[in-house]
Amino acid sequence: MSERKLALSDDILLRIEKPVRYIGGEYNSVMKDPAKVSVRFAMCFPDVYEIGMSHLGIQILYDMFNSMGDVWCERVYSPWVDLDAVMREQHIPLFALESQDPVKEFDFLGITLQYEMCYTNVLQVLDLAQIPVNAADRGEDCPIVIGGGPCSYNPEPLADFFDIFYIGEGETRYRDLLNLYKECRKQGLHRVQFLRRAAKLPGMYVPRFYDVTYKEDGTIERFFPMEEGIPETVCKEIVMDMTDTYYPTKPVIPFIKVTQDRVVLEIQRGCIRGCRFCQAGQLYRPVRERDVETLKKYALEMLENTGYEEISLSSLSSSDYSKLPELVDFLIEECSKRHVNISLPSLRIDAFSLDVMSKVQDVKKSSLTFAPEAGSQRLRNVINKGLTTEAILKGAALAFEGGWTRVKLYFMLGLPTETEEDIRGIAELSNQIAATYFDTVPKERRAGGRVQIVASTSFFVPKPFTAFQWAAQCTKEDFLDKAYLTRTAISEQLNQKSIKYNWHEADASVMEGVLARGDRRLCNVIRKVYEKGGFYDAWGEYYDNDRWLQSMEECGLSVSFYAHRERSLDEIFPWDFIDCGVTKEFLKQEWEKAKREENSENCRQKCQGCGAARFGGGICFEPRQSSDTD
Amino acid sequence: MRLRIKFKKYGPVRYTGHLDIMRFFQKAIRRAQIDVVYSNGFSPHQVMAFAAPLGVGLCSNGEYMDIEVHSIISCQDVLERLNAVSVPGIEIISVKVLPDSAGNAMASVAAASYTVVFRRGREPVTDLRAALPAFLARDQVLINKETKKGNREVDIRPGIFQLTMEEGHWTLRMLVDASSSGNIKPAQVMEAILADHNESLKENALIITREDVYTDIGASGKRALVPLDDIGIIC
Repeated sequence: MSERKLALSDDILLRIEKPVRYIGGEYNSVMKDPAKVSVRFAMCFPDVYEIGMSHLGIQILYDMFNSMGDVWCERVYSPWVDLDAVMREQHIPLFALESQDPVKEFDFLGITLQYEMCYTNVLQVLDLAQIPVNAADRGEDCPIVIGGGPCSYNPEPLADFFDIFYIGEGETRYRDLLNLYKECRKQGLHRVQFLRRAAKLPGMYVPRFYDVTYKEDGTIERFFPMEEGIPETVCKEIVMDMTDTYYPTKPVIPFIKVTQDRVVLEIQRGCIRGCRFCQAGQLYRPVRERDVETLKKYALEMLENTGYEEISLSSLSSSDYSKLPELVDFLIEECSKRHVNISLPSLRIDAFSLDVMSKVQDVKKSSLTFAPEAGSQRLRNVINKGLTTEAILKGAALAFEGGWTRVKLYFMLGLPTETEEDIRGIAELSNQIAATYFDTVPKERRAGGRVQIVASTSFFVPKPFTAFQWAAQCTKEDFLDKAYLTRTAISEQLNQKSIKYNWHEADASVMEGVLARGDRRLCNVIRKVYEKGGFYDAWGEYYDNDRWLQSMEECGLSVSFYAHRERSLDEIFPWDFIDCGVTKEFLKQEWEKAKREENSENCRQKCQGCGAARFGGGICFEPRQSSDTD
Repeated sequence: MRLRIKFKKYGPVRYTGHLDIMRFFQKAIRRAQIDVVYSNGFSPHQVMAFAAPLGVGLCSNGEYMDIEVHSIISCQDVLERLNAVSVPGIEIISVKVLPDSAGNAMASVAAASYTVVFRRGREPVTDLRAALPAFLARDQVLINKETKKGNREVDIRPGIFQLTMEEGHWTLRMLVDASSSGNIKPAQVMEAILADHNESLKENALIITREDVYTDIGASGKRALVPLDDIGIIC
């Protein structure tokens, strides 16, 4: 094969940071002959290469599309700030990595939406690709721009920019969509005719066929399809058989160091816990496990196909995977033969996991992570995080006995019903853990003296499809007051020297809150922010809060309306037209229970009737365990 | 046993850096299931060493990497396995077994040969071909070298072992010192020649290819340069 011609000249590549981001050619990247495929699909993660390449979802879809003989899927990521400037200056169209061909020549441009602060990068990608940012302006030759990922569960703030949103898991419905596309092309149909038919496919939301009207008070009066035959509700797509489906056993391996530099094994989807703040836990219901024998096979295949020296298990709550002990024993044995490290995030801290972790990690150098999320038992009950103080301290004691000396604690500030006492609880809990160390480990065995506890707080953002979607988000000033209170409370603790406290900027959290529960009117805001030069908003050094505030004002919209307003129970939400399995009624009940500080049992303990059982599979149909250790 | 692996680097992958190549080979060796030796201690790593890091943007026909292995089937087998799991632009061209007495790769490096081609439109005004003899006749060629401690003047003339220009082309070939203490970059040589004529290199004027890396097997002060893996044997 002759040498691939790069889209960027040597002059540019030698001038910019990390030119490797833009050359493609990585091991396991797929090259096809464009003349021999019917559909060219550009799959985009709207952030810089290193972030995008760490995302498992794109690897799964890349593998899926390229396994189709008539499709060639290539990758595209946001050019970094330096190249962005050059591309604009020299009118270089955004290109896909494998072929280096301009994205505007492709049939589809798929953009995954993982977090709200990447929305301006979506516009950057479209703009650099020389595709009209507004879907309504796109001509017959433009690629179909399709969005997916968790943020597509409230697609409205981006409704102007996408032709289609794919709601749900990507493994199921693309074949139908591409067949439809090919059929329409063969018949010589226009773009809008294709989109009209696509809108009738399960899982597809085509914004141009829906309209929305507002009441005096700004809330939604009606959200409705504008034509006959366009569905009123879009039901999410879900893979019911997690074992007999695509999995990238030959993931693309970047040359440069990326955030996720290891084999990733997705062991299950969904989560049984039902924590009330957690959107992912609701969206991916019901819990579906991958068969353990298949996982073992994938693990070995992937290590062979990649040469990675580390393997990691990915799921929302790995401790709940029913065959975890068996899988972990297998991995420990196989990995020690192969000089492979094992990484096990999202584990509950108990005797089992500590035993496992001591076998796979250097106890002295690694830290144990607890995520109490709230400082008091009362508030933990409100958010339905079943982790008791007793369990945390017991786990900590076991850990310290086992030789760990570093503990990380994750909390949120601004949860509904939070009081000062709850916040002080963060400091007190951190202190109790430090005290446990000194109680558990006798002086002689304290290598280096002190235990290191790092407490981090993030600011709570209410999300769609959670019990807290009605909650008011705190103002930036309230957030900072709470962080200050936390810091003061920690400094007053007996063991304050052993505790370090980290908190983050509040500005971006509030704007995230605006976008998360936003409606279509926010499209104008996002466009304005982008036109004013805003992008890479997920990066602290580029996020400009004033630019967002100014844009909101210029569009006549209020931050308070979207973020700080508590919703009434009968309000119509911009995302109500989507069916994610979990019913609004169930979420209302959970909201009420939260206010009463009542726990709900997890899926394995007792079905709460959330609605996900109607998908006919997963944990909903497995025999319940009567006991559960927390 | 130690293997000295010679590889080429060309095409788009010339934009990968030295660390990227190292990481690439660590994985490739595992994919190829080569019986590589791991170091002892808490975070064992492959025993692997590179002779001379190559700058970003340069191609090469002769890069060298040493790895320590427990056993191999044959040199050819190692070569084929590695190439089977490689990418376009990184190509193993030779695998040899080193004698126990061989020094470590980096310490063995004495010189490197380069082909330097001027990009079209960025050639100097100076008649290089005419300028070469005078340049090579100089006793001293002082250049400013930037170090961590500040700038200092270095004489690069002794380190320029050979320098010729091809007939009818803007192509030069040079053999220069590449040892860790006396390393000379081709661009430095070109800048120095042009400086004599009050000219500077235009931006990115040069397309540089490293042709090979040499070790000195000469005795009693007489230099005898051979390619780095000349001292190895094929088995």
